[in-house]
Amino acid sequence: MTVAKDPMMRVDGVAKTFVMHLSGAVLPILRDVSFEVRAGECAVLDGPSGTGKSSILKMIYGNYRADSGRVLVRDGAEWVDVASASPRRVLRLRKAAIGYVSQFLRAIPRVGALDIVAGAARDYGLAAEAATARAGELLASLNIPERLWHLPPATFSGGEQQRVNIARGFAASHPILLLDEPTASLDLANREAVVAFILARKRAGGALLGIFHDEDVRAQVADRVIDVTRFAP
Amino acid sequence: MSELETPLLVAEGLTKLYGPRVGCMDVSLEVHEGEVLAVVGESGSGKSTLLSLLSTQLRPTRGAMRYRMRDAAVRDVYELTEAERRFLLRTDWGFVHQDARLGLRMAVSAGGNVGERLMATGWRNYGAIRGEALGWLGRVEIEADRIDDRPEAFSGGMRQRLQIARSMVTRPRLVFMDEPTGGLDVSVQARLLDLLRGLVADYGLAAVVVTHDLAVARLLSHRIMVMRHGRVIETGLTDQVLDDPREPYTQLLVSSVLQG
Repeated sequence: MTVAKDPMMRVDGVAKTFVMHLSGAVLPILRDVSFEVRAGECAVLDGPSGTGKSSILKMIYGNYRADSGRVLVRDGAEWVDVASASPRRVLRLRKAAIGYVSQFLRAIPRVGALDIVAGAARDYGLAAEAATARAGELLASLNIPERLWHLPPATFSGGEQQRVNIARGFAASHPILLLDEPTASLDLANREAVVAFILARKRAGGALLGIFHDEDVRAQVADRVIDVTRFAP
Repeated sequence: MSELETPLLVAEGLTKLYGPRVGCMDVSLEVHEGEVLAVVGESGSGKSTLLSLLSTQLRPTRGAMRYRMRDAAVRDVYELTEAERRFLLRTDWGFVHQDARLGLRMAVSAGGNVGERLMATGWRNYGAIRGEALGWLGRVEIEADRIDDRPEAFSGGMRQRLQIARSMVTRPRLVFMDEPTGGLDVSVQARLLDLLRGLVADYGLAAVVVTHDLAVARLLSHRIMVMRHGRVIETGLTDQVLDDPREPYTQLLVSSVLQG
């Protein structure tokens, strides 16, 4: 068990440059990114768009590579450097330690919304029945009408897809959760539902790192703001 | 190392030369249980040669490959006797060809196609074989009343699903797939991918999937290898390689995908 205030992730001297071979462009976006996030807190990455906030989340999740530095993530008693871990180790981290709510749902053809969310809970280790129950609760809290639960989200509106995406992210109880503008396309009622999820996860000892453009949401969830412009190359 | 940590398949330095021409050069890889590896590249990249080497349809000019058999013994695959190799291909390995004609016996009924693999592993009871075949036809969404029809009468998508049932009936731990959705209509592709994803999840199946379709690789695979001119030029987590490609050629491939 982790104790509140225990560090859960530690980014240390990370740099990222995009090299676009087709156009010959070299775009340094981040250098010397260093911060940590502790259990029970929600840290917010702040800065204008294009400063690399999403890239930081993606490097922690292993979706983007870090060019240098370490991205340490706690998995139980062990610290794992995502920047140098094997693909299989990163996949295990994603199963047990790190969750990620991306900006957009990448829809899987033919799989219904309820199954997408329940699948995430099963991956985390819930039994099939409990996973489905949990998925139903989450979709209901996010006001996805029950008649949509068995339909693939590909045909849903942008806001509905994003809510399915959020439900999927919260279906597991990962000790670390990365949130990339989860409330961007939501109305007030659903923003409040997401805020409630985040506060509950903090109380449960989760370490959260997110990007929130909505001032009101940010004021409710943030314990600390990390200014990303200070990592500009 | 525990059994789970020992790879199922390990290939080292696999090389196939056709005279001066390189089919595939110095490819090393590991596949673990429950893991799907996608091999992507354009025509002529060597990905099909690699699949033929891995599935022992071709012998390498150089290189070695080891497989952890069902009895946990790790064997050098190219050193197996012909009888051992055939047994492996009929039981613990499956193969899904792009052209179903290569993977099915077109003049034999659907039930016969599935049952044949069982008989090869010692099943003798007609009722039991037919029952198991029916179960697998159902699993791949082929109606029970088609069991006596020949695959000639099936659509492309049904033939692919029948190939999968034929492969899966012996509960293989490793399946090789060569462009499994190639040439199929988009809706048929989606259904097939959904089926394959379910099989991987339900049976902890390992698979090596050769495809030129990056969307197929993204949906099915955990890890990806990008090949060009017979060599592996980039490898890693599938979403990482596709979202943050490093090599010029991988960037070209990713940027050439039409956004759906």
